[in-house]
Amino acid sequence: MADRNSVLASVLGLWARDFRVLRRDWLPFTLRTVMNPVLTVFVFTYVLPRTGQHLPVAAGASSLATVLVPGLVAVAMVFTSIAAVALPLSIELGATREIEDRVLAPIPLATVPLAKVAFGAFQGALAGAVIFPIITALPATAVHIRVASWPMLALMLVLASWTAASLGLFLGTVVRPQHIGLMFAVILTPIMFLGCVYYPWASLSSIRWLQVFVLVNPLVYMSEGLRIALTPDVPHMGPVMVIGMLGLLATLLTTAAVRAFAKRVVV
Amino acid sequence: MTIAVQLRDLRKVYDGPPPVTALDGVSLDVPAGMIYGILGPNGAGKTTAIGICTTKVRATGGSASVAGLDVAQHPVGVRRHIGIASQAITLDRSCSVGDNLYYHCRYFALPLAECRRRTEELLQRFGIADRRDSMPAQLSGGLAQRVQLARAIAHRPTVLFLDEPTAGLDPQTRLALWELVDTLRNEGLTVVLTTHYMEEADRLCDRVAVVDHGRVLAEGTPAELKRDNGGTVVINAAFAGDRQAARAALEGLPGVTEVVETERGLRVLVSLDGGAVPRVVSRIAEHHLTDLTVAEPSLETVFIRLTGRDLRG
Repeated sequence: MADRNSVLASVLGLWARDFRVLRRDWLPFTLRTVMNPVLTVFVFTYVLPRTGQHLPVAAGASSLATVLVPGLVAVAMVFTSIAAVALPLSIELGATREIEDRVLAPIPLATVPLAKVAFGAFQGALAGAVIFPIITALPATAVHIRVASWPMLALMLVLASWTAASLGLFLGTVVRPQHIGLMFAVILTPIMFLGCVYYPWASLSSIRWLQVFVLVNPLVYMSEGLRIALTPDVPHMGPVMVIGMLGLLATLLTTAAVRAFAKRVVV
Repeated sequence: MTIAVQLRDLRKVYDGPPPVTALDGVSLDVPAGMIYGILGPNGAGKTTAIGICTTKVRATGGSASVAGLDVAQHPVGVRRHIGIASQAITLDRSCSVGDNLYYHCRYFALPLAECRRRTEELLQRFGIADRRDSMPAQLSGGLAQRVQLARAIAHRPTVLFLDEPTAGLDPQTRLALWELVDTLRNEGLTVVLTTHYMEEADRLCDRVAVVDHGRVLAEGTPAELKRDNGGTVVINAAFAGDRQAARAALEGLPGVTEVVETERGLRVLVSLDGGAVPRVVSRIAEHHLTDLTVAEPSLETVFIRLTGRDLRG
């Protein structure tokens, strides 16, 4: 068996390569991360209020901007993590078989996909950190943010980006390059619109079937978890539910994705 | 004699539908320090055999070991010992030529300073130092293959697997690659290469296994193979006259070992000695001959003799 030090050295090599590519592609990374949340905040909390069109706000929330901040941080993390893993992986596993050189490194087979998830999660957390100051500063209306729980915030950054990156690994492994556009339409769009980004989960109680249905969506727990940490006055799920479900989803997705990856690379 | 690669009754069936038997009981011993050729047409099972040796394909039955390690039980250890370059260019498209070599060394956990030193050494040695900052997509096929070869040996493997390394390259580039591979063997590396170019197997390889339909048909040095397969000359004749009559006239002539009908005429296998070739040619000439080729004993004629088909067929 490979000894632990040499596996660690190989993993550092895998990350060094990914970091080099990320550093060169910093502009696409930033655009991908910033576009959606900034435009959402701009339209909902600047354009609409300024034009006299106020959207109703959930009970307990002081402003729509306050509701949006945790949700949009979650969106940025999810989209960045998924894209960071799924888009390159789909190509590398495809016709060019570029992944081969890394798969044939002297390390256990699961190391390569797990290193991808870790690096994707790092990019997701980075995206959350980049977007947070922008969307709290931008709205025309007041944003009421205070970090109610640092441990919860840290845990959410880790759990949310890990879950999203493992979903990215799964999608990048099973979706063919020619279907990547379809993946965004069929999987990512519903995740975003039904992810309790624009409304807290509690407010869905008036549409009971939807409130139950969205529980399969990992973004729901990310948005709600960040509400616990950042906007405790807005109604939110309990922390046990959030942490438990994210932990469960992340574990299931990682296991399924690593298996699918192994099946693709060793026939 | 040390055995670098050992295959025992190796089988591989790809799940269908329909299931495809790629290897049907292959046993081979590749002695260390040799260039060993696996010669066969497309679909013979060559790439599958290499895939199993390089831990990319799981065998359905039998066993394979590389550098004394069973590939199924010790895939990580095997990967430390092997280098791979295939016909398809699998260079990392997101990294420059230099970075492809550097990060390859990093994946193999070489110390950082050694990764830099080795990258520089390989860039110089393979004559690609001026392309260190080029991206793989900018390289010609021959140059990309050169980079792949440099990458394959960067971590100093003991066995190098080359899967159709010269397919699609022009003759000059092919010769240059042969030279490189030859040098690597002289430095002590064991090289296993698959090819469907009989000239490549003949000129480059110390030993050759002829495979078809997932089986080994013959194995030995190129000289042995040619000798043991009767020093056969293959005469391909196309003619306008009656094929049956021509065939009847040829069969039974001294030196003629086999007559096969082809699309345009006949293929006659003739033993090298005893003046049989002129006899056959003059006999066919009576049947409105339109075209005639005579192939000297080569691995190609060995292959035709063993399978009844030519390599490109």
